[in-house]
Amino acid sequence: MTLAPLREWGEGNPAAVSHSAFFGAATFLMIVCCFNLFAAEISQNDRRSGTAFMTRETQAMQQDDRANPGMLAVLDGEALWKDAPPGAKSCAGCHGDAAASMKGVAARYPAFDPARGRPIDLEQRINLCRSERQHAPPLSWETRELNALTAYVANQSRGMPITAGTDERIRPFVEAGRALFNRRQGQLDLSCAQCHDDNWGKHLAGSVVPQAHPTGYPEYRLEWQSIGSLQRRLRSCTFGVRAEPLAYGAPEQVDLELYLMWRARGMPLETPAVRP
Amino acid sequence: VTQALVNVPAKAKRGEAIEIKTLISHPMETGYRHDTNGAPIPRDIIHTFVARYNGEEVFRADLHPAIAANPFITFFTVATESGVIELTWTLDHGDPVTQTANITVE
Repeated sequence: MTLAPLREWGEGNPAAVSHSAFFGAATFLMIVCCFNLFAAEISQNDRRSGTAFMTRETQAMQQDDRANPGMLAVLDGEALWKDAPPGAKSCAGCHGDAAASMKGVAARYPAFDPARGRPIDLEQRINLCRSERQHAPPLSWETRELNALTAYVANQSRGMPITAGTDERIRPFVEAGRALFNRRQGQLDLSCAQCHDDNWGKHLAGSVVPQAHPTGYPEYRLEWQSIGSLQRRLRSCTFGVRAEPLAYGAPEQVDLELYLMWRARGMPLETPAVRP
Repeated sequence: VTQALVNVPAKAKRGEAIEIKTLISHPMETGYRHDTNGAPIPRDIIHTFVARYNGEEVFRADLHPAIAANPFITFFTVATESGVIELTWTLDHGDPVTQTANITVE
């Protein structure tokens, strides 16, 4: 699916060629006029969740818990929360009722892990709990189980403001994520910021470019026909600019997740969000 | 694990048209795809959905491979009397999935 834009831009269009001089001049003027707007972070008041860029039909799907397909994963996660691996306690065995113990947790992840000296995301936190406390094999990235458990935990914080990145120990990693966000990469030589800071609200092929606030992960993408993590989303975007996607769980991926969450600080969590 | 979400109004007036919404988790594997080794992935879909109102069939749908994963099916029926609405999804593989909901008609 992510190959579509290049294919469309690549096809020759005679009309575009004859007008190229005009558009070249117009683009130059636009760049000069708007220079101060480029590479600038979105001001706090202008920030909008991806929900705001969707059609009314997709918004309605997200808002109705009986129509939101992400809720299937939340239900699945609830069953897994109570399900004990062989010879170990279940998540509920230690943490009890997730509605109380997990409330607000997802809003502060990725969070600093003192044992590792760096931030870890919610999926990694769940897997650490599995390997260190439950002595069970960690769940692979993007498996039904890991996405379901993460969605269930994150759903407990729905509506709460994002607080990730406020810990002082985590500042250098927020900055590393910001550097990654602003770094041009791939064959298209694009940074995340060039689309999501500078050109949000405009269209890329048929789709609106949103502001890239990770407010609803794990989220249900209609394009994927499944629930997926923020890391999966970042990998698709990386692939879209023809760069080599980072491996699941790579420190840079987590830094980028952390920067995006910090960038969306104060915005309410929507897990499980629905996106086109 | 197959999860289903159904939305049936708990109360309705006699003769009123009520909307029933259903959502079920299922991959809806088409049977036309191949894995990374080139081997075909066998078809695995929900092929039939039936709704019964106090035992009487009020809605039926045949599903086909082009239908997206996690099918969302919604339909209207007339609230006739209090009782049970039973929804059944029949799968290519495995036992049918059934969910019931009670409705009170005044």
